[in-house]
Amino acid sequence: MSWVTQTLSSSLGRKVIMSLTGLFLCSFLIVHVAGNLQLFKGDGGRAFNEYTYFMTHNPLIITVSYLLYTSIIVHASMALILTRHNQDSRPVKYAYAKPEANSPWSSRNMGVLGTVLLIFIVLHMRTFWFEMHFGSVPMAEYDGKEYKDLYTVVVAAFSQLWYVAVYVVCMIALGYHLVHGFKSGFQTLGIRHKKYTPLIEFLGTFVFAIVIPALFAVMPIYMYLKVNGII
Amino acid sequence: MKINLQVWRQKNSNTAGKMVEYKLDNISPDMSFLEMFDVLNVELMHKGEEPVAFDHDCREGICGMCSMYINGRAHGPQTGATTCQLHMRSFSDGDTIVVEPWRARAFPVIKDLVVDRTAFDRVVQAGGYVSVNTGSAPDANEIAISREVAEEAMDAAQCIGCGACVAACKNASAMLFVAAKVSHLAVLPQGKPEHLARAEKMVAQMDEEGFGACSFTGACSVECPKSISLDHIARLNREYLGAKLSSTNV
Repeated sequence: MSWVTQTLSSSLGRKVIMSLTGLFLCSFLIVHVAGNLQLFKGDGGRAFNEYTYFMTHNPLIITVSYLLYTSIIVHASMALILTRHNQDSRPVKYAYAKPEANSPWSSRNMGVLGTVLLIFIVLHMRTFWFEMHFGSVPMAEYDGKEYKDLYTVVVAAFSQLWYVAVYVVCMIALGYHLVHGFKSGFQTLGIRHKKYTPLIEFLGTFVFAIVIPALFAVMPIYMYLKVNGII
Repeated sequence: MKINLQVWRQKNSNTAGKMVEYKLDNISPDMSFLEMFDVLNVELMHKGEEPVAFDHDCREGICGMCSMYINGRAHGPQTGATTCQLHMRSFSDGDTIVVEPWRARAFPVIKDLVVDRTAFDRVVQAGGYVSVNTGSAPDANEIAISREVAEEAMDAAQCIGCGACVAACKNASAMLFVAAKVSHLAVLPQGKPEHLARAEKMVAQMDEEGFGACSFTGACSVECPKSISLDHIARLNREYLGAKLSSTNV
């Protein structure tokens, strides 16, 4: 085995893969939430449609998107490998265990939270990404230029209450996943320092576990209320 | 005090074990948890039954032998203490107390509450040492070490190898143990020459023994009788990644 495969198949190497892919996915969330803020613009979806056109035509974005798809798959597959290995490390379970006495719930349920998020990603990509790339999306024309009108797809999806509810629940799961995941990513890379760890923990808790999931959750709620004439 | 005990009984590593219930009267609240077990064993011997096998040695919190998983926690409800430092006053009259051995693939049960922790010895043998020439004693203070560094090394060196970190971890990971052993040598000048090989070899042996990976739940540090910090796990990660990227071991 070469030193590279030997490193990446060690328990620490596997955690590094989890960390790097996870932190990359975190960085994507910032871009995604910022772009989707166009939904709040109230211009009938023009700004949003122009943004989605940019996201599907810019060569740099397209390249990064393949890295993103790969990261999701690698992160989920590696999690499965690690979970199986970790379960195998304790073949006989305790008759009575009290883990809540020594560790937060989210830290012990990353696999469950991650599974919820993976199902969410499949559902989310089926509704929007798949429609945008392979479905039949109506066209809209702004200043003589044709755009795919993804905004109408968003409106149609978020006019259903159950769909909005699924999104809100999944964003709560995202918050719990990131409150542990973000800071753990840095711990795995050995980045732990009296000066910087408080900042990492603040970012992980406030920005990644609260603000970003909350903004994502507000989008379907806002669209639902708007489409149904409540606001 | 009256105590209901549920204790894991297992004849040897090849037979299946089961929980057995024992009732004890006249337990003093000032007894240590191990002394309570002594009382139980005397009673069992008088009845002609096999006493419960459990590990113990110093009974003053420094040997790390007394491995018991008590009411769902390594070394019981206290933090920063071993089982011998746990007293019956931590429990109430009439309590049911569940006592199990450490559970991990790398720590097979030998008998009752006794587990085989030689996996830790093999991890240390893999690299937890410094190769020094033993000649005449070196001059004191020949190598200057700042107080902060000395304290950091001593904090890690407090590890008594009891295995509570493995027992408490949901993944049965030995990361806190290995981190403490790597850390206390890595921060000192005497440990520097071999620090790359040490991290590589000790992590490889840790994986070989069948311990799980670290999920950073922090359970190990909470249950560690010496309260060893998660900072050392970050240092182990740094040492290991640095070694993998820069050592000449291909």
